[in-house]
Parts: sequence; structure tokens; C-alpha cells
Amino acid sequence: MLETSQADEQTFAGSVRLVHAVGMHARPAVKLTKLAKKFQAQVSVRVADAPEWINAKSVAKIMAMRAAHGSTIEIKASGSDAEAAVAALVDLIATDFPDGNS
Amino acid sequence: MTDTVGIVIVSHSADIAKGTADMVRQMVGSEVEVAFCGGNSDGGLGTNVPLIIDAINSVWSSKGVAILVDLGGAETNSEMAVEMLEPERQDLVVVCNAPIVEGAVMAATEAAGGSSLAQVKAVAEELSAG
Repeated sequence: MLETSQADEQTFAGSVRLVHAVGMHARPAVKLTKLAKKFQAQVSVRVADAPEWINAKSVAKIMAMRAAHGSTIEIKASGSDAEAAVAALVDLIATDFPDGNS
Repeated sequence: MTDTVGIVIVSHSADIAKGTADMVRQMVGSEVEVAFCGGNSDGGLGTNVPLIIDAINSVWSSKGVAILVDLGGAETNSEMAVEMLEPERQDLVVVCNAPIVEGAVMAATEAAGGSSLAQVKAVAEELSAG
């Protein structure tokens, strides 16, 4: 679940199953966006195999992605801290968006 | 710098204003300052310029303040409140053209990352950009 793969020198990707009971609704979307914005890297997400990647730092777009419970979320990032960004987002989703210092 | 853009919520209804602020605090967290005002001095529906100015002052930040409003008078009274601030502060306060609840949550989410006032306003207005 926490597989990350190095696509090229600075781009990292990962995927994780969305375990949240009601999918990617507003509160998880806010948490994901806030976390993504902590990284310099450009971070994108999508529901597995969706045609378009979504900017993970755009709360409006993340809320609108309507990822359902049980779907797989793909994450990719490029930039200096891309690996850490992917790992952090995978962890956030895998642990079901815990409350805390997000 | 930990300074973030402040958020002010102005509704005709005190209940809506408070409820919107509650949603922002619970969903986004406490790193962003949020103030709200709503209702007139008789406890009825309405908005009040001095209360809006108080709300702006209570969340004042060197990065500025973004105001989210509901209907008509909330917007015009908010603009009037901005005009009554000292000239050097007027450019640091914006009224966002966005739905009040969604706009407030998104503006605060953007502000939490330390974004500029212009970025916060742009994100809040993304919904109405359609």
C-alpha cells in the first residue's frame, strides 16, 4: 500500500486505497490540501486511471474530485521534496485522515 | 513567519456567521484567525458597519484580511467598513466574491499555508469563476 516508485530523477509516485467511510468529502480534502501545501514539490492526485491529474494544493479541485470509499488514489510529485510529499500523502490517506497537527 | 491572512465572516444572520466560523475552525484548524459578525443591534437580521470593523481589527494581520459575505447588504456594508479603515490598511482588506461557507473554508485552507491575500482571494473565488 505504501509502495512508492521513482519514475525519474525527481518525480515520485505512489498509490493508496481510500479507506475513509464516505470518500473524499470536505474535511479530508482540507487536510490533504493543507499537507500538500507544506511541500515545495508540485503534487498531483487522481482517482486511479482517471483521465486528469488534480493539483493537490487546490482545495476546490480536491473537494470536487469526489473520490469514493474504496477507490485507489494515485499521487505523483516532482521537485526537491517530492519523495517526502508522496510518502506523507500516502500516510495521511492510509491512516484515514487522523486529527492532529495537520 | 507564522503570520497568516485573517478571515472575517459577515452574514445577515448571527447564527449563520457563527456556524460558518465554527466550520472553518473545525475543518481547517486554529492556525488561522477567524472572526464573524451578523445581525443588527436589535438581534434581528442585518449587518452593521461598526461590528464589521471590529471583526476586521480582531483578526488583523500584516498579511491582510479576507472578508466572506452573504447577500447584498453584507457586501456593501463590508465595503463601507473597509473604506472607513485608515488608508494604509484599506489595500490589505478584500471582500471575496464567493459563497460564504465554501469560500470561508477554502480561503482559510489557503491562508493556513501562509499564502498571500491575493492567493487567498483567488482560491475563495475559484468556485464562482466557473
